[in-house]
Amino acid sequence: MGVGVRMEGLRKVYTSPPPLAAGGGSFAPARGPGLGKKKDAKPKKSFQVVALDGVSLEIQAGEIFGLLGPNGAGKSTTMGILTTRVRPTEGHAWVGDYNVWQQQVQAKRLIGVVQQRPNLDFALTAREILSFHAAYYGVAPSERVRRSKELLERFQLTDRAHEMVRGYSGGMMQRLAIARAMMHDPQVLFLDEPSTGLDPQTRLLLWEIIREYNRSGKTVMLSTHNMDEADALCHRIAIIDHGHVIALGTPNELKRSIPGGYLLRLKFSHNSPGVVDRLRQLHGVTEVQTLGDGVDLYADRGGSLIREIVAVLADYAIDLHDVHISEPSLENLFLHHTGRSLRQ
Amino acid sequence: MNWRTFAALLARDAHVARRNLATLLLQTMLQPMLFVFVFGRVLISSGMMTESYKGLLLPGIMAVTMVITGIWAVAMPLIAEFQFTREIEDRLLAPMRIEWLAVEKILFGMLQALIAGAVVLPTGWLVLGKGVGISITQPLLWLAVIFLVAVFSSAGGLALGCSVGQTQIGLMFSMVIAPMIFFGCVYYPWSALNHFPVIQKLVLLNPLVYASEGLRGTMVPHIAHLSTLLVVGILLAVDALLIVAGLNRFNHKSVS
Repeated sequence: MGVGVRMEGLRKVYTSPPPLAAGGGSFAPARGPGLGKKKDAKPKKSFQVVALDGVSLEIQAGEIFGLLGPNGAGKSTTMGILTTRVRPTEGHAWVGDYNVWQQQVQAKRLIGVVQQRPNLDFALTAREILSFHAAYYGVAPSERVRRSKELLERFQLTDRAHEMVRGYSGGMMQRLAIARAMMHDPQVLFLDEPSTGLDPQTRLLLWEIIREYNRSGKTVMLSTHNMDEADALCHRIAIIDHGHVIALGTPNELKRSIPGGYLLRLKFSHNSPGVVDRLRQLHGVTEVQTLGDGVDLYADRGGSLIREIVAVLADYAIDLHDVHISEPSLENLFLHHTGRSLRQ
Repeated sequence: MNWRTFAALLARDAHVARRNLATLLLQTMLQPMLFVFVFGRVLISSGMMTESYKGLLLPGIMAVTMVITGIWAVAMPLIAEFQFTREIEDRLLAPMRIEWLAVEKILFGMLQALIAGAVVLPTGWLVLGKGVGISITQPLLWLAVIFLVAVFSSAGGLALGCSVGQTQIGLMFSMVIAPMIFFGCVYYPWSALNHFPVIQKLVLLNPLVYASEGLRGTMVPHIAHLSTLLVVGILLAVDALLIVAGLNRFNHKSVS
């Protein structure tokens, strides 16, 4: 039987700069009120970052679930709460039947965690890291040897397994961190931006390993800002931004939910009232959003619209400075919901 | 409580310590031995100190070596592991309440402090040569003091290690460790401060004073020293306080 993950109304407000447990503190700190010069202002309250604001999600047992969002969206904080590393300000989370905060030890037994930043034990060699990790979970010595050998092989680290990891490259550290998380054969694997720092070849290897792991009935939850990764790997995706879930579904459902599917980002010499309405009336156009001296136009076709757009613009004496057409993608979905690119 | 996990964490620390044994020994033993040689041999043989200073010095050196070893053994790795690399993360995720990881650190620091004490005593004795004049009349009380000193050192290391950042290590030595040693009645008995009444009162805030005086009281009872029972009581209180403070700081540092 697989193990699912559930969270209800998770909210996290950091009142001091988040330590690295939250995944690296990639927040844009929004300083709250209270930094006034008044003597009675409490300086303690001067730092406030709302990292998560009421996130509720349910991840089914045996699912590969992705959290997709830009840096600082709240992905690492969500991961941190689910893995006992971040205390939620409000809300609850469960791994299987165990409440992550009230039954930490039981929850920890079920999970394997790969943090955004490799956090290997620098005092040990690669093989020792795997072996001691399994020992913490009570894995028998002979089994530890067998599994570490297998995983080192699988992650192509056997040649340098006897070395201290201080001299490892970033990609090797990341691979070892993932191998370590699998050492005790956890029911749920949490991977916070697992392919950061990996070359394309190793990334494909990692995807294959994740799929293989999942085929044995294990649940995988990963966070990423890479749409291709989310698209290729995940059964379901939650798109998260500024601590809110803004869309949830399978990659195909999400892509279908974008009005029109195609996005044409147009830059004009200047904007003129009325032009947006005219563009909206073009055949196949589902939505037009004004964006400075230009528009984002959602439609069910791409390049074939350009001629008609140019004709409309000519009526208003507007020059078309730039056109960018993108096909249906999660990137477009994110743009549609937030007006920003995932990479911004 | 998950003893298997606890034992595995101890085994990990022991493994790392074994690997760094030579550095560890040099780090903790060299300086006290140099002190013993200069103060206990050079100054005495040149007639600048009397022979009785040997007996006074050895318990102090034992106390300071134990305390510095315990603090060093717990604080330094913790400071590094809680930094940017978050090396400790994997152990925080071990299936055990995180407080037990802190307890493991205290236990391991204690063991190192006790080993340091067990090594420095005979070595120091050897360097000092004849006429040390130690007489342990109450071995159980002596062992109790040693135990409390070991707890003080490692719990102090935990509290310090969780309060100090990597960039403040230098400051920690110059602001905490150095004054603690020089005002810790290590190289002189507390009664030697009789002519400095204010300082004599102030140094009572320094727990190393009780470690030095406690060992002096149980090893060279003929030299004037603080009451050993008082020392035991205060060390007990200091230990309890540091354990609570250390665990608190550790928790605070571990979970955001």
